[in-house]
Amino acid sequence: MLKTLALAGAVALTGTAASAACAYDNKTQISLLAAAFEAWKAVADAMAECGNFKAELDQEFRTKQPAAFAAKPPLYQLGGVSNGTITPLINDATIRPLDDLVAKYGQDLSPNQLIRIDGKIMAIAMMVNTQHLQYRGDVLTDLDIAVPGTWDEVLAAADAIKQAGAVDYPLGATMKSGWDQGLDFINLFYGHGGEIVDEANQPTINNEAGVKALETMKAITAYLDPEYTVSDSTYVQQQFQQGKIAMANFWASRAGASGAEGESQVVGLVETAAAPRAVPDGPPATTIWWDGLVIAKNISDEEAEAAFQLIVEGLDTDMVQANNDAAIWLVPGYEPTRLAKGAIETLNAQPPARAYPSTVAMGLMHTALGNGTSDYLTGAKDAETTLADIEDAYVTSAREAGLIQ
Amino acid sequence: MKFRTFAAFVAPSLFMMILFIAVPLVSVLIQSFYVTQPVYERIEVESCTPGFPQPVCTTRTSSRPMLDEGGDVVTQTQFVGLQSYRNLIQPDRVRAALAAGSWDQLMTIDFWRALRFTLFFTLITLPMVIVLGLSIALAVNNAVHSLRGPVIFISLLPFIITPIIGGLSIRWLFIGDGILTSGLEWLLARNISMFSQAWTLELMMIIYRVWHVAPFAFVIFYAGLQTVNQDTLESAIIDGANRWERLRYVIVPHLMPLIIFIALIHLMDCYRVFEEIIAFSSQSYVISLQWLTYDLLSPDQAGNRAISRASASAMLTMVGIVILLIWPLRRTWREHKGSH
Repeated sequence: MLKTLALAGAVALTGTAASAACAYDNKTQISLLAAAFEAWKAVADAMAECGNFKAELDQEFRTKQPAAFAAKPPLYQLGGVSNGTITPLINDATIRPLDDLVAKYGQDLSPNQLIRIDGKIMAIAMMVNTQHLQYRGDVLTDLDIAVPGTWDEVLAAADAIKQAGAVDYPLGATMKSGWDQGLDFINLFYGHGGEIVDEANQPTINNEAGVKALETMKAITAYLDPEYTVSDSTYVQQQFQQGKIAMANFWASRAGASGAEGESQVVGLVETAAAPRAVPDGPPATTIWWDGLVIAKNISDEEAEAAFQLIVEGLDTDMVQANNDAAIWLVPGYEPTRLAKGAIETLNAQPPARAYPSTVAMGLMHTALGNGTSDYLTGAKDAETTLADIEDAYVTSAREAGLIQ
Repeated sequence: MKFRTFAAFVAPSLFMMILFIAVPLVSVLIQSFYVTQPVYERIEVESCTPGFPQPVCTTRTSSRPMLDEGGDVVTQTQFVGLQSYRNLIQPDRVRAALAAGSWDQLMTIDFWRALRFTLFFTLITLPMVIVLGLSIALAVNNAVHSLRGPVIFISLLPFIITPIIGGLSIRWLFIGDGILTSGLEWLLARNISMFSQAWTLELMMIIYRVWHVAPFAFVIFYAGLQTVNQDTLESAIIDGANRWERLRYVIVPHLMPLIIFIALIHLMDCYRVFEEIIAFSSQSYVISLQWLTYDLLSPDQAGNRAISRASASAMLTMVGIVILLIWPLRRTWREHKGSH
């Protein structure tokens, strides 16, 4: 996910001498590997103020991280992860539990920031991210359309917008083939109450919820730019900025940029609401993500302490107040902005949306879905065949990975 | 040359070739027969995720790799024979598709879909590259002397550009309301989406590849044209051969070894078509064998990689290249023998 959120390229930041902004002087050399987007840059900058700190913000961090943390000694003491990318680090046990450090230094952290896995605190979260409904307030008001709350209403609204010809394409969607398209299916599938795998890791997507999710995806494509298979987050963001689309179920972390002054032609016209539901009394059809920090296992306790102190310093209220718009921060001191409305409504919805599961099975299924769903959208297969083939692909890779026998 | 001297000269490169080509190849071959996987255990895991404002905790059974005392993941390696190849080729589904006589059904299997495009792409671009390369070479050869330098320079430009960069340039020219798509839309007065069906994507890939490789063929042919026997050409003119006949009976036979050489290189390169798939993000519609290997080898976010299947896929790609090369290699070999 971070890849889709990230800014281009790798950015290396080198810490300068400790300045007044940091409460103490860091003596131990600490380095961080994290994704490259605005929120990480803000945190890395705040940490660098304590001195002896180096951050590597890299689009490809996901490929590097497992190997870099498995090395003895690890190449980085601190890692930036999300609930999707923490899985290999937990599985290979290359990160350490933080309970004692939290007890010692973490009085100011909110309970919401403590990511507990198997009872132990394994990561300190800094922000949440989710998809929400992002829409053009002016278009909906002009056409006298109420803000849609379900996908049926979204499609009805899209039809009305198409009739009126208000924009080039009523909807946008991150349906780039591969990871993005896989997530779109997962969102809708969860929205229809589906479960990806059962207790024995056998796939359970070839059912009514799976077919409905595919059908909704197909219905959405009718209102998209026909080239939707290349449409990633940046593409959708640009479509918003250029006023080409009116609505999209889109990353909360992109809301600011979509209506940003200087970049966008629709400044102030972008609004957000909770992610649409797939069924009226179901959860929002989306998944919830967090980004946060982990500490490597194979380092000395002194280094770990120094690293943890940097986390506390990097995630303090000063940093959040200075970078309030960069993310939906979990850190005390965050003031939700106008555009955070959709994400917060999504997070508070009842029944609640699911957190994206950090499991091996999920990684395998996400890949199988990303490669398989387009066969239905392009018309190469019908829904049942598509889902059966995706299940086959999943079973093959799960066998090869040793997850099922 | 004495054998010892010869051996001394060849040994370093031979060593490098063994180290960097033969050994990895053997290693890939072996890996394609084995599967290494972590040993999983099932445990109850309680995990908490941030909510707004309160965290949400859930308990689920989850599979985790077992760790040994040293804290490393316990793995097991087992010999699986041709299982990875079967997973890739899917003989059962192929049989079912053939029994049903359904081409579409066969094309839903990734490997065969990739093979179909790879072969089609390789074989269709080959004659185009040779004809275009030869045409440019002939045109340059007949151009006024003062013009040759600049013309050669301009013709070589596509070849200098890194393939993925060239591919991305084409992407930006055509994607969405790219400048060329807009131009075409204006010309044909209709809406055009180059990235929303297979055939337009394949067309762009073919055009791009020919544009990119033709300069290579051109350089080789141009060099070859400098060695055409002028006496033979002049006598052909005296015998009344027209331009076409001179090309057909004098120039092309003279260039034949070079044509075979270019075919050889092009088949090898083109069968590994990859950059186009990435640059055009075409995997919903079109994939290639090399892309398939890459996709199997890329870790997903949980860190899984299908290394055995990727090895099998890489081996099959190599076998495919060898089969394609049999014809030109045999021809070269026969000519080589004939010249002695």
